This record gives sequence, C-alpha cells and structure tokens, in this order.
Amino acid sequence: MNWTSIGSITDIPRRGARCVNTPEGKIAVFRTAEDHVFAIDDHCPHKGGPLSQGIVHGSSVTCPLHNWVISLETGKALGADEGAVRTIPVKVEGEQLFIALEALRNKAA
Amino acid sequence: MTEKLVIVGNGMAPGRMLEHLFEKAPGRYEVTIFNAEPRVNYDRIMLSPVLSGEKDYEQIIIHGDGWYIKNGITLYKGHKIVAIDRAAKTITSDRGVTAKYDKLVIATGSTPFILPVPGNNLAGVLSYRDLDDVQAMMLAAQSRSKAVVIGGGLLGLEAAAGLAMQGMDVTVLHLMPTLMERQLDPAAGYLLQRELENRGLKVICKASTKRILGERKVEGVELADGTVIPCTLVVMAAGIRPSAWLGKSAGLDVNRGIVVDDHMQTSDPDIFSVGECAEVGGHVYGLVAPLYEMARVAAAKLAGEDVPGFVHNDTPTKLKVTGIDLFSLGDFADGDDRQEIVLRDASAGVYKRLVIKDNRIIGTVLYGETADGAWFNDLKKKATDITEMRDTLIFGQAYQGGSPLDPMAAVAALPDDAEICGCNGVCKGKIVGTITAKGLSSLDDVRAHTKASASCGSCTGLVEQVMKLALGDSYNPAAVQPMCKCTDLGHDDVRRLIVAKALKTIPAVMQELQWKSSCGCAKCRPALNYYLVADWPGEYEDDYQSRYINERVHANIQKDGTYSVVPRMWGGMTNAKELRAIADVVDKFQIPAVKVTGGQRIDMLGVKKQDLPAVWADLGEAGFVSGAAYAKGLRTVKTCVGSEWCRFGTQDSTGLGIRLEKFMWGSWTPAKLKLAVSGCPRNCAEATCKDIGVICVDSGYEIHFAGAAGLDIKGTEVLGLVKTEDEALEVIVALTQMYREQGRYLERIYKWTKRVGIPEIRKQVLDDVARRKEYFDRFVLSQKFAQVDPWSERVSGKDKHEFKPMATIGMAQAAE
Ligand code: SRM
Ligand SMILES: Cc1cc2nc3c(=O)[nH]c(=O)nc-3n(C[C@H](O)[C@H](O)[C@H](O)COP(=O)(O)OP(=O)(O)OC[C@H]3O[C@@H](n4cnc5c(N)ncnc54)[C@H](O)[C@@H]3O)c2cc1C
Ligand code: SF4
Ligand code: FES
Repeated sequence: MNWTSIGSITDIPRRGARCVNTPEGKIAVFRTAEDHVFAIDDHCPHKGGPLSQGIVHGSSVTCPLHNWVISLETGKALGADEGAVRTIPVKVEGEQLFIALEALRNKAA
Repeated sequence: MTEKLVIVGNGMAPGRMLEHLFEKAPGRYEVTIFNAEPRVNYDRIMLSPVLSGEKDYEQIIIHGDGWYIKNGITLYKGHKIVAIDRAAKTITSDRGVTAKYDKLVIATGSTPFILPVPGNNLAGVLSYRDLDDVQAMMLAAQSRSKAVVIGGGLLGLEAAAGLAMQGMDVTVLHLMPTLMERQLDPAAGYLLQRELENRGLKVICKASTKRILGERKVEGVELADGTVIPCTLVVMAAGIRPSAWLGKSAGLDVNRGIVVDDHMQTSDPDIFSVGECAEVGGHVYGLVAPLYEMARVAAAKLAGEDVPGFVHNDTPTKLKVTGIDLFSLGDFADGDDRQEIVLRDASAGVYKRLVIKDNRIIGTVLYGETADGAWFNDLKKKATDITEMRDTLIFGQAYQGGSPLDPMAAVAALPDDAEICGCNGVCKGKIVGTITAKGLSSLDDVRAHTKASASCGSCTGLVEQVMKLALGDSYNPAAVQPMCKCTDLGHDDVRRLIVAKALKTIPAVMQELQWKSSCGCAKCRPALNYYLVADWPGEYEDDYQSRYINERVHANIQKDGTYSVVPRMWGGMTNAKELRAIADVVDKFQIPAVKVTGGQRIDMLGVKKQDLPAVWADLGEAGFVSGAAYAKGLRTVKTCVGSEWCRFGTQDSTGLGIRLEKFMWGSWTPAKLKLAVSGCPRNCAEATCKDIGVICVDSGYEIHFAGAAGLDIKGTEVLGLVKTEDEALEVIVALTQMYREQGRYLERIYKWTKRVGIPEIRKQVLDDVARRKEYFDRFVLSQKFAQVDPWSERVSGKDKHEFKPMATIGMAQAAE
C-alpha cells in the first residue's frame, strides 16, 4: 500500500476528530479515548452530515445533523439505521499517522 | 580458542543474557563489559523502593563483584564507549581504553527525555534513571521542601510517591487529562489520581510546563497558563528515548532504536543489540519482560544454538507504589466488534474492565483489586474462549456463580450528613433515623415527617433509595427512567449525587455512580458536562469533547456543513455602525444569506468553518459578542419600544430587556432560555409565550414564566407582580438559577415547572426573600466564570485545531 503522512496523533484531541482534504473528498480522522485512530469519509450515509463534527464515544460517532450513530471501525450505521460510509486504512507509527488513499480509489473504481 | 565478546552497557538485559550464555556455553567467550555507570549490575526496577526508603542499594544488586571475578569478566566501571570501529573490530571508551571484539553486544538502554524548556539545566533538575539520580533526590529530600515531578506516567508517579515518603511536598504535572493514560483508561486514571491526592500528593493534569525558574538553582516551575509552583527540586519523568546513537554513529541500521532481527542481530552480523536500545519487529520496549526474552534469544544465538526467534507479547503494567493496586494489559480500546465487561464498586474504590473480542480477552484494566490480573493475562495469552464463564468472568477466578452488582451501593456509601433534599435541607441520617424511630413505611409518611421530597420532588428517587436501604426488600421504589443505557440512575438522582458526593469530573461521576460503560455516550456526556458546569462554577473545567458541535464551535451547523453566525443585539436594538460592520463582513467573506431572525437580530448563514475565526475577529472589532444562538443557555431577550417611544408604554421595556440580557448572557442552562419584555399588556414582544417574560404595567412588572411556542404551544404562567425593576431582575435571575440547579438536561422551563409545581417555585423565588437572594448570589458567582465571550477567545487562538484541516493532500501527491 501507498501510505500518505497526515500528521501526528497529538494533532487530534482525544474523543475528537480532524479533517483531511484529499482529491477523494474530505476524510474525517478520529482519535478515541484510548488512542485508537480511524479514518472514514466525512459524509454521513443519511444526508451527508459532516461526521467529523460529531460526538465521539467508544469507537462510534454520533452525526451532528440527525444523530445517526456510525461505527468508526466498519463505517456502518448502528442500531436501526441502515447505511455505510467508506473506511480508509490508517497506520500509526509512533506518533505519526498515515492513510492509504488508494484503497478509496480502488473502491471507487 | 575463546572468542572475545565485548558488551557496551551493564544493565538488566545483558546481565540476564550472560547468565544464559554461561549456562549454555561455559568458557566459549572471554567477556569484557564497559559501563558508563561506575558500578555493577543492579535491579533498576527496584530504584523506586530505594527512593521510598523501603530497600537499600545493597539489596538490589543483581551481580556483585564476585560474580564478575568468578566468570572471568573484565568490567570497566565508569567507562563510556564513544566509538566503534567496525573495520578494525574495536571499540574505544571516553577514558581512552580500546578493546578488540569478535562479537559485540550493544545494550545501552535508554536516555530520559528532557523537556526543551528554558531552565532545564539548572541545578536541582534531575531525571529518574539510575542510582545517582536516586541519591541526588534523597539528598534533596532532606530539605523537606517542595518538589515538582513532570510526568504522570509510571516513572513519574513512582518518583513522586517516593519523594513524598521522604517527606517532600510533591506536585505532579501531567500534560494529558488523566494519569498514566497509556496504560489506564480515564476511569482508572481518575481512581489513581484520587488515591494519590488522598496521600497528600498534588496532581495537576493538562499542565504544560513553560519554563523552570531560578538563577542558578531551581526556584519554581511556570506553566503555560501562568501558574507558578515554587519548588527546590524538579524531576523530569516525561518519557525515555532508546539510546541508539552509538549504533547510528557506527553506521548500523537505526530507526527508533537499533534495528535487529528476531535473533537480536543488527545489520552487522558480528554486532548484536539487546535491551531498550534495540528495535525488533518495529517495537521498542520499556519493561523488562520482553528484554529478558531478547536476552534469552541472543544468548542462544551467541552459543550457536538454533532457537525460535523473539515474538512480541503484551506485558502487563503495574505501579510499584505500596498500597496502590493497578494492573493494565493489552488493548483496551472500545470497538463494535468488541464488548466490554465493567465492574465498579464505588465504596471499595474498585474498577475492573475486560475488553472481549470474538469471545476472547484482548485487554484488561484493573484498579483496586488486581489479584486476578495474572489469571486474565493467562486467558488472554492462551486466547481462551470465555463464552462459558462470561457472566461471572469479571468476578475473577475464585468467583464462579457470582451475584449481580448492588444497585444500592452509591446510596449506601453516602455519609449520614449527606444532603438528600435540597429544598428542605434534609440529610440521609435524618431520614433513616425518622424511619426507624417512627416506624414509617411509605413515601408519603416520610414526606410528612421529614419534609424530604415534599417540595420540588426532584430528590424523590434518592429518598426512595434511602428508604429501601432502611426498610430492606419490603420497600419497592417506583421505577425511574434511567438517563441512558450507561446507568440505571435517572437525571435527578445523578444531579443530587453529584452535589452530595462532591463529584467534580466526568470520570468521577462515572466511577462513583457506577456507570456501566467506560466512556459514556452521546446522551449522558453532554448532560453530565452541563450538571458539572452548573454545580461547580469555577472549579469544573468544561469537557470540550462532551459538547455538541454547535457549542464547541460557537456557531450553528447547517445542512451543508457550513455555519450560521448570530451576534448579540442587546434587546433587539442596533445602530448604523453595527449594521455597517455586518454588511462589511458579509461582503468580505461572501456570506450567501442574511436574515432577520424571529428573535430580533441578524443571522448570517452559510459561513465556511475555516472562516469563522476571521468573521468573529471583524465582528468583535465592531463590539459584537456571540449571540449564543446555538447554546443551551441564554438566547435572546426580545423587547418592544416601551415607554421610551410608544404612546402606551408604561415602563422602559427596552431598557429592562437590555439589562437582563447583559446580566444573564453567557450562563449555561439545562435547555435554551428565551426571555422577552413587553411595555404594556398589548404585549408586542410576545412575552407570554417565552421561558420567562415580563409584562410592564403601571404598578410595576408582572413576571411570567413557563411558556412555549415551539414543539408545544403554551401560554405563560404568572409568577407574580413586583414593584421595581431591580426586584424584577432579582426574581428572574433567582428563577433561572433554581431552574439551572434542578432542571434535567434538555428540559425547558415549562416542562420543569410541570414537574415541580408552580406554588413551589413561587414560594422559593418570590415569597421567600432570603432564599431568592441565595439563588441570586449563586447565579452571580457562576457568571464570573461564564461571561467570557467565546468568539474573542477563539479569535485569540483557543481551539485552533477546530477550524483547520489536519492535512491537505494535493492531487500531485495523491497520484500514483
Ligand atoms: C434563526 C431562527 C429562525 C429565524 O430565521 O428567525 C431559528 C433557527 C433555528 N431554530 Fe428556532 N430559530 C429562531 C427562533 C425560534 C423561535 C422564536 C423566538 O425565539 O422568539 C422559536 C419558538 C419559541 C420557543 O423557543 O419556544 C423557535 C423554536 C425552535 C425549536 C423548538 C424548541 C422547543 O423546545 O419547542 C427548535 C428545536 C430545538 O431547540 O430543539 C429550534 C431550533 C432552531 C435551530 C437551532 C435548528 C437547529 O437545531 O439547527 C435553527 C438554527 C438556524 C441557524 O443556524 O441560525 N427552534 N426558534 C430564529 C433565531 C432566533 C435568534 O435570534 O436567536
Ligand atoms: C525507576 C525505574 C523503575 C522501573 N520499573 C519497572 C518495572 O516496574 N517493571 C519493568 O518491567 N521495568 C521497569 N523499569 C524499566 C527497566 O528498568 C528497564 O526496562 C531495564 O532496566 C532496561 O534494561 P537495559 O539493559 O536495556 O538498560 P539499562 O538497565 O538502562 O542499562 C543500560 C546501561 O548502559 C549504560 N550505558 C549507556 N550508554 C553507554 C555507553 N555509550 N557506554 C557504556 N555504557 C553505556 C548505562 O549507564 C546503563 O547502566 C523501570 C525503570 C526505572 C528507571
Ligand atoms: S407593548 Fe404596548 S406600548 Fe409597547 S410597543 Fe407594544 S403596544 Fe406599544
Ligand atoms: S446526515 Fe447524519 S444523521 Fe442525518
């Protein structure tokens, strides 16, 4: 895989998220309370809400627009709601974070 | 012929390696060791008991001088190796000794990380790594004065506890929000902090060290927020770095540590590396268990044996502070392919959490009771399927068929003088005492005899729990609606317990009230954050990540992800300068829509998130502050033109509205709070459908409350008539404070009123003048901390990260 550096884990607050702008669209990179890092499309499967702006709990995020709960690991909506966003592989090396964008391109293709 | 084995560093890893080697291949090597420390090999782990006075140096020596003689080892004490000549196969020490090797082992350990802050080289700044550090600390401790330990990880806390036992007054500074965050989740970190504080240590989290103060000697530490902590000793325990420079200067492959294969061989086949300086499989280590494994593998290799290589294994962490039991292992992050089992016993200070994936334990955090750590470690290592024992797993190995958690524990643990009913000042002891003395058995009886829960009723749930405690199973409390799936307690009980038990952080609430999840959910976290803000003004630090996005960025999110910006227009009044400033901002940032709101002010819609700080900066220059159009807090105070202009106006309704808004802006409330003041009963400001409204009349001010015009439509109730504007302000503020203290999160005033009853509210904020004053004073106190304009704070750089993408990956870079 082709890993692109996006910065340090310390750039993201715990239980928070930051965005990365890419040619594949905006990606939301999350850091959980226990320092696990996930990247998903910043685009809620419901009506496109910016998931990066939601409240992070456990390894899920609650969308800021209509409260769908999205799994950061699978990108799938949890509970009764149905839908999914694309997940992007993340690699953590020390404090440095990398994402593999090509995974998205392959999915898109 | 014997070969020459030369070792750089005489720490725990090579010591263990030699033991194995002498056993496997006695006499094969002639061994020479160079050690920068002027002493034999000792148990570094045990430095903490030496510091605390529980052991002395002699007791922690691993290999005494005799061992080196017996094994024919030449040990150069106090010699630091400064160069390796790989072509000549020699190494040279700083004292000029050169030795030839056939095989070389680099075991230089780690170097403490020294924060790059001014003053870090003053006398009295120490690290915590070797015996010299410990001796220097013990000497400094004789002064019995103040010490600061920077770093709340394993090393820092052991240093702090040791110094405290030596009689020093110790403050621990930790950059992260909770202690030992790498090993503990926030819940366990909270318990640890509480225990250390009980022992007299001071702990400051989120503390960023700016500089160390002093001329030649340390005099204090200054934090980024300006706080100065006077001290004569600073111990830096902010992490370690593998000491790999020697390998690097010799041209070996070095990443974070000296890169070795799974048999500890570096990129030069004659050079090995073991210990903290070595990097194997991408990992570097800081605990001895994996280092001992490296030692075993390296010894076998040197002895010419063929053994399986080094494999990574999680090592459990413990803290060696006498009386603190803590255990952490593996991966304890949440995940939806994982389940957690949490057990909290608030009275005993116990917290246990197991993280399960595919029916196997993958992580464990234990606090307060760690006896089962080894068992859980074993289950994890062997990947045992736990399906069968799932229900009782958390109770430990000895406990099969365990009992469920005791839901009464939190109430049982309350002291007798804990206040249960705030309205009537009734404590737990009084309720229990009266029940026993008078033989009471129903809630009504308890209300009649003690007055508990007889007023606003928000403590009913708790009173019932106290009754159950006193009466046993014969009493069945009414079911309460839990706050969310993380707890069995309802909002009211949580609010009362927060006050009764003086809980001041979210982890504290979750531990003491026995939350069933480790980090809460999107329902309970914002509610808890509000309760703590409201109950502990000035003490509680807002939890940013527990707020909804609008309150985090102080603007309203729109359906396309842009934001709207609404500045305050006090009482709906504005002027040419303000309007011009708004017009300029709209032009400059090409804001697509401008609208007059239903709340008598102007909304700029469609602002890009990254433009927000700049928009606010311009608005701020024109004198605007945030209109809090997003907040569970004071929104607008609508007014009409009143006696200033209107031919029917009886009082200065505009003036009162502005005064109310200026007095009350900034405060957080359970749900949004909208006010209005009309100048006469024609009511042009629509005051009779607001949360709180005022209708001015000739004889004074009629105060209304509990109206609604949103999801529900409801005319207001009349609270009463007051004569002066000052009195009107005092009553409105007291009413707001009563609501702030009792309302459930997201419950508007009209719903709260329905629960508590109009007479009770009227009694407390209108009739009882002394009580009204108390509410008023508490509101005023909390405003001291709330009236900070969030926009200007962010223009000055607060929460910068929110408004910038973390990275932008360009087309060029992303292309194949
Ligand atoms: C802008 C405005 C409409 C307008 O264009 O005039 C407005 C816009 C919104 N209202 Fe409103 N309300 C506005 C006046 C009102 C009024 C009238 C008033 O305040 O006099 C009401 C009825 C009075 C009341 O509150 O009882 C009103 C009842 C609501 C409700 C229903 C609340 C309820 O408890 O029944 C919501 C939903 C909520 O809060 O959960 C809501 C929520 C919203 C939100 C925040 C929707 C959201 O969650 O994103 C809208 C934000 C848009 C934005 O970004 O600005 N808005 N909203 C008004 C802003 C007033 C201001 O200057 O701050
Ligand atoms: C206070 C304290 C408490 C600890 N508690 C625990 C614990 O509870 N559990 C646990 O598992 N681990 C604990 N550790 C960590 C553990 O002690 C280390 O992981 C272990 O000692 C590392 O062994 P090592 O052989 O790699 O390096 P070290 O033991 O550090 O030995 C390296 C030696 O090499 C010498 N040296 C360095 N450079 C040169 C050079 N150029 N020339 C010559 N000599 C050189 C150094 O002076 C040092 O003596 C603790 C550490 C400390 C400091
Ligand atoms: S409230 Fe009465 S006095 Fe005031 S503007 Fe309306 S009608 Fe005129
Ligand atoms: S857009 Fe995310 S819940 Fe509607």
